[in-house]
Amino acid sequence: MQLFLQQIFNGIMLGSTYAIVALGLTLVFGILHIPNFAHGHLYMLGAYISFFLMTLYGFGFWTALITSMVILGLVGMLIERVVYRPLQDKPHINSFISAVGALIILETSVIVLWGPQGRRIPNPYPDIVELLGITMSHQRLLVIVAAIAMIVVLQIFIKKTTPGATIEAVAQNREGAMLVGINVNWVSSLTFAISTATAAAAACLVAPIFMISPTMGALLGMKAFVIVILGGLGSIPGAILGGYILGILEAIGGGYLSAAYKDVYAFGALILILSIRPTGLFGKEVS
Amino acid sequence: MLLEVKNLTKNFAGLAAVSNVSLQVREGEILAIVGPNGAGKTVLFGLISGLLRPTRGQIYLQGEEITGWKPHRIACQGIARTFQTTALFDQLRVVDNLAIGYRQRTTGGFWSTLLHTRRWEEDKDRTTAKVMEILSFIGLAEKAFHFVSTLSQAEQKRLSIGVALISQPKMILLDEPTGGLILEDTDEITSLIRKIHETAGITVCLIEHKMRMVMDLAQRMIVLNFGSVIAEGTPGEISNNPDVIEAYLGGESIA
Amino acid sequence: MTWIKFLREKWFYALLLILALLLPLLITNRYHFQIVIMGCLFSIAALSLNLILGYTGQASMAHAGFFGIGAYGVALLTKEGMSFWLALPLSSLLAALVGFLIGLPTLRARGSYFAISTMCFGVIISIVAGNWIELTGGYNGVVGIPLPNPIFLPGVGDLGFQTQAAQYYLVLAFLLLTLLIMHRLVYSLMGLGFMAIRNNEVLAGSVGINTFAGKILSFVVANFFAGLAGGIYASLIGTISPATAALEQTFGWLIFVLLGGIATLTGPIVGAFVIPVIMEYLQFLTEYRLIIFGVLLIVVIIYFPRGLMGGFTTLQQRVKDLYAQRRGEKRAAGG
Repeated sequence: MQLFLQQIFNGIMLGSTYAIVALGLTLVFGILHIPNFAHGHLYMLGAYISFFLMTLYGFGFWTALITSMVILGLVGMLIERVVYRPLQDKPHINSFISAVGALIILETSVIVLWGPQGRRIPNPYPDIVELLGITMSHQRLLVIVAAIAMIVVLQIFIKKTTPGATIEAVAQNREGAMLVGINVNWVSSLTFAISTATAAAAACLVAPIFMISPTMGALLGMKAFVIVILGGLGSIPGAILGGYILGILEAIGGGYLSAAYKDVYAFGALILILSIRPTGLFGKEVS
Repeated sequence: MLLEVKNLTKNFAGLAAVSNVSLQVREGEILAIVGPNGAGKTVLFGLISGLLRPTRGQIYLQGEEITGWKPHRIACQGIARTFQTTALFDQLRVVDNLAIGYRQRTTGGFWSTLLHTRRWEEDKDRTTAKVMEILSFIGLAEKAFHFVSTLSQAEQKRLSIGVALISQPKMILLDEPTGGLILEDTDEITSLIRKIHETAGITVCLIEHKMRMVMDLAQRMIVLNFGSVIAEGTPGEISNNPDVIEAYLGGESIA
Repeated sequence: MTWIKFLREKWFYALLLILALLLPLLITNRYHFQIVIMGCLFSIAALSLNLILGYTGQASMAHAGFFGIGAYGVALLTKEGMSFWLALPLSSLLAALVGFLIGLPTLRARGSYFAISTMCFGVIISIVAGNWIELTGGYNGVVGIPLPNPIFLPGVGDLGFQTQAAQYYLVLAFLLLTLLIMHRLVYSLMGLGFMAIRNNEVLAGSVGINTFAGKILSFVVANFFAGLAGGIYASLIGTISPATAALEQTFGWLIFVLLGGIATLTGPIVGAFVIPVIMEYLQFLTEYRLIIFGVLLIVVIIYFPRGLMGGFTTLQQRVKDLYAQRRGEKRAAGG
């Protein structure tokens, strides 16, 4: 029973990370109408920037995190401008290829700068607390709390503020939004910035727990796609729910079944679900 | 009776685009479907051609139920259509577009293509002959090898009608075939439609806004408003129908 | 078509063919020869990727996975004693079959979904190859894969594949076979059907084309040849590992197809030869090469989406049109 609860706790922590990353991805999908294939690699970059700032410039954990968020926000806007915007009226496959180019650049740059091996980030909150027989490290608790906080803030931002409403408007009807005077390009940039900044935050929070490596983004990016598709592209609740479900399933699967094959289960589930519902679990019918 | 539609309804997120529509299309006639913008005409075409799934209701083609069939299956059964925004294969040439339109009438598959069997040769010859025939029928023989993007609006409209025509359908659905064209080109398309109807005996069902053209061309009219049928009859009857006049008040005039 | 007319129109390709056949006499450097052999193999991979991606418009990111299935199939079967000449078609058919099974659920969904699903599937293949230790040897891969069995030619005797020249002719033969099959598929009503699906899938359905069947067929055929290339690769190189089926391989072939010219038959081949050669020359740049390729990918897809050969054919067409226009004007002025 203890093992089970432990896995649930780990799953919630994993799920929190997945939820944030998937949320950013689904937000951008609402604007772009294609998933940002470079999302996982931007997440990875966020971790590396914080690592760089902490080890080379002696930044504190939180300073590094905030700075990383800002830098990644800017990088996200750059990606939107350079990689996606020129191709917005072209077939989706072109944007996909462009994104592949971007992620090759990101991954290789990181390898060139910091080497291909994994790196460790010092853990700022190494203490543990024991509850109901579950070992909960402060860092892991922090991830859960911070992620939930970010999700709540984002929800409030989207639903209750004007910029948030503007994003929703552009997502629903780009042309209509343009007609009422909304600067859709600026909205696209903003959405991207939010998406990458939150991914960076998630990466920084999780980095001290696991190692960081140049390829950590690729796998996570693919899982984020799985979540976003299963939850329905563009659906925020779908992304959050999907993130937690995947996190818990992965933790339980990895704990009880085979750790090596846990990713196979996630991807296999995607293919299975798409065969039953080609538009995803919460997706809308394409007319 | 070629096509029958019974109690057809299509809801989009709570809004009924087409609401309890029943109608019949008689074989060999020219039927016009008219109505103000947003009346559900294109949605109706979408339902008949299989692009959209009805929320309720049935569709019958020559007595056989085709409700819920996939578009390519319905196309192979003999319903061809054009689209409001001219839909063509714009990466390809005129002849390619027509050849693709005829594809459903060829029988060769993977192996006959791979091995260049006699069937493949026959398919090729038949396609070439048919493409030539339709090219001269729609008057685009000179532009045969041009890319679609180099064609004018009117020529593109003619081509899309040609693509619909080449599959030897039983019925053609034309969605605003003269949309955005000047008078001269409109008349050209009108005579093309008449030519189609007379020489090939194909049943024509068209959506149009240009009333004069419709009154001239159509043998029967159905008027839609807010997703429902509000009137049905000959052009003469329709133009005197008070409900129709009211629906159009503030929109197009019938005169 | 009479031989003379054929030669007159296709003299360029005939010349290329002669050059290709005489190549072993021209190349003396072992290393260069190896690059050419690899170029031929990757051409097969790129050509087949081009079928599903360039002609049918579906972004399959699992291509290296199917290459891997072919490679592991041949590797494991030939090590158990099966003849290469039986193992190869079997493994290719296996790749095709798996492609069929994967295509069924994934091709029904929208374009982006297919790209992601195939990407995930490709990763699944890598993970399975790396972890199914009893079957695949895990991350160490498979070593000691035998060369193709010698073929017996009457009058000549046994033809072995120990020499590079023999290996070269083997891959050249398969490349020509692939080229022939692709040519037949693409220059046909079936090929037009594929392009219709790529151009406007909804319209293609409306004119009676079974787009799902078309996509599946294109996918299965593409994967058959991916498996074929993989099988030959395994036998000639002698060792394979999960890296053989890695996503990075697919990205590499994607670059070949894109830069060489999508939806042309010459483009992928040009890409498969030119780019590795450039990569070799840029060795001194080490990893920076990849950054250049990433940038190139973005620049090409935005500004030169039709790639090298694609742009070349457009240029050819423009020149032809200009010529015809001039002639038409002259005639109008004269008549």
